[in-house]
Amino acid sequence: MTGEQTGAIESDTEAAIREDHPALITYITAGDPSLEDTKEYVEALDRGGSDLIELGLPFSEPIAEGPTIQAAINRALDAGTTPARFFELVDELETDAPLLVMTYYNMILQYGSEPDVRPFVERAADAGLSGIIVPDLPAEEADPLRDACDDHGLDLVFIVAPTTAGERLNRIMSQVSGFAYVQARLGTTGARADVSNATHDSLTRLSAYDVPKAVGFGVSEGDHAAEIIDAGADGVIVGSALVDIIAEHGTGDAPAAAALESKARELKRGARRGGEQGNGHEQGREEAPEPEQP
Amino acid sequence: MSETESNPPAEDEPNRERTFGDYGGQYVPEALMPALQELEDAYQRYVLDNEDGFMDEFRERMRDFGGRPTPLQRADRLSERYDREIYLKREDLVHGGAHKLNNALGQVLLAKYMGKERIIAETGAGQHGTATAMAAAHLDMPCEIYMGRTDVNRQRPNVYRMRMNGAEVNPVDAGSGTLKEAINETMRDWATTVERTHYVIGSIVGPHPFPRLVRDFQSVISAEARKQVQEQAGRLPDSVVACAGGGSNTMGAFHEFVPDSSVDLYAVEAGGSSLEIDQDEGLAPNSATLSTGTDGVLHGAMTKLLQTADGQIVESHSVSAGLDYAGVGPELSHLVDTGRVTPASVDDDAALNAFHRLSNLEGIIPALESSHALGFLEEAHEELGDLVVVNVSGRGDKDLETVLEETEKRDLDAAPDVEVFGT
Repeated sequence: MTGEQTGAIESDTEAAIREDHPALITYITAGDPSLEDTKEYVEALDRGGSDLIELGLPFSEPIAEGPTIQAAINRALDAGTTPARFFELVDELETDAPLLVMTYYNMILQYGSEPDVRPFVERAADAGLSGIIVPDLPAEEADPLRDACDDHGLDLVFIVAPTTAGERLNRIMSQVSGFAYVQARLGTTGARADVSNATHDSLTRLSAYDVPKAVGFGVSEGDHAAEIIDAGADGVIVGSALVDIIAEHGTGDAPAAAALESKARELKRGARRGGEQGNGHEQGREEAPEPEQP
Repeated sequence: MSETESNPPAEDEPNRERTFGDYGGQYVPEALMPALQELEDAYQRYVLDNEDGFMDEFRERMRDFGGRPTPLQRADRLSERYDREIYLKREDLVHGGAHKLNNALGQVLLAKYMGKERIIAETGAGQHGTATAMAAAHLDMPCEIYMGRTDVNRQRPNVYRMRMNGAEVNPVDAGSGTLKEAINETMRDWATTVERTHYVIGSIVGPHPFPRLVRDFQSVISAEARKQVQEQAGRLPDSVVACAGGGSNTMGAFHEFVPDSSVDLYAVEAGGSSLEIDQDEGLAPNSATLSTGTDGVLHGAMTKLLQTADGQIVESHSVSAGLDYAGVGPELSHLVDTGRVTPASVDDDAALNAFHRLSNLEGIIPALESSHALGFLEEAHEELGDLVVVNVSGRGDKDLETVLEETEKRDLDAAPDVEVFGT
């Protein structure tokens, strides 16, 4: 079962973060631009050193996403991506990195014949998924899904926002399974050119909790990864920067897979660099330029 | 029979409750939860407890700026036509031409009491956007409105009105460029700016406490109408009829009548051209959510939705842009399930006919939204009892272009000869 308390038996997700610390968590939208491509891309991200891979199951109203992932979701829906086909893809995938599904609550609720979260969770467990992330499900509404996930040994990952504090933060951290998804800044997903101050503030607020913390929303470069790990995170989550690579390459294009693998390596190296720096905030850190993908 | 006292404020109602039966809740990104809690707190203090005289100021401004109370008017020729007493609640006479100001002014004022510095809102046809822009100008708050690109193009006069009142208008290019996408984008803005911005949601939809908050601001409609009908007709009505898109004029017209079990409540939705959903294309040629929808989560609430079997939200349709929405307020979903509210639908043709009929018979040009309620009156008046109140939620000047265009395509009984327009 999942570690609902720290100190309980580690889940696959938590183990993956702790094993090859600091961790790289990568996200792409399933079905963008096709499920066949997604299979190749996931394998590439796995080879590139991802410790966990999040697969987005597209929903028509993605209110937490910025333009990059909105566009990916549109491409995936246009390509006919459905929950049934999504799970068939996951059935086929064999990766070292555990897989998580990221989707909106209505997709989970509608999977069976009646609105109910259990059929989705059962199918996710059958397909070998390790956990679920739901951007529009705050802890207050999560009981039914958490119970179902507990019954099937899946992690339900909660997002901690820059605005989460006080009693709500305590409550969420006591319910965390797998890892805490630390939202780096207010707003939507999307690659940014810098690391937000809110990230440092959040990691400081969270430092008292013995739970793996992974930072996402805006992380796009190895240097960001280094800075975030340096600030006390256990992992970085990268999505839009990878989706950008997919959007540039189009369908059935082998270089996209190579570029994704290379980007994953850059990010993983960046994360490791942050880990090596310890807590120092010394300037002039080692320059490690990454070759630009053509 | 003629109890003239108003219903006591529903003190036993758990206003902190996040749900209406199985519906409602707070299905939003974590980043917004603290803001919703802050809003809940403000709702309790200022709206329910009238702290700092908030509600007094709201009522005073609705009188002086908004033109309240609106009349309840006996419609003489409709009464004759249907052989029963027909009364119209004239929300078309509220400043701006629709009931929308009741909510917009209430929320902008609340934002001010909360110390927020900026207002954002979504709009579909532009009615809520214009009401919010007016309220923001009146209360001197910076205001940005999100509006789907399709709606911007087909509702240009409303875009100009918002701009003239000093609001920024941000076109939204995603999806079909209508209300659903505008709400998505406003929520994204709010998730970014939540600390100093208030989101003035335009209907009784969205996460708790919005459905209760908006309903309370709109319930002035039924508070007035209930008193007026007893004064003028000597008793409570047999039926109250209102159109339903998201449902704010609907719950506004119903709220004070809900405890009156002798009063039947009819929520009239847009039947569009057909009640079927095209599952493959993800299209519904209607917006009849209460009549045909299934339970799911959209824009922060569990409610009835137009969706595919997989849970993708479909594109709805109505000749009336203000009813064109794939969701509906969770409270209405609940009241339909419990049998207190009866859902009905009226198709595009019947609504257009009703538009012409009221214009011709009563000298009132109703909004296409309100025309659905009037179309239902035409179709079902025999079931509605001897005394009927219909909510005329807005005026139809904004719809003239659409009505001319749509009337030309059809053979409508109630339409005037359009040759005078030189076509």
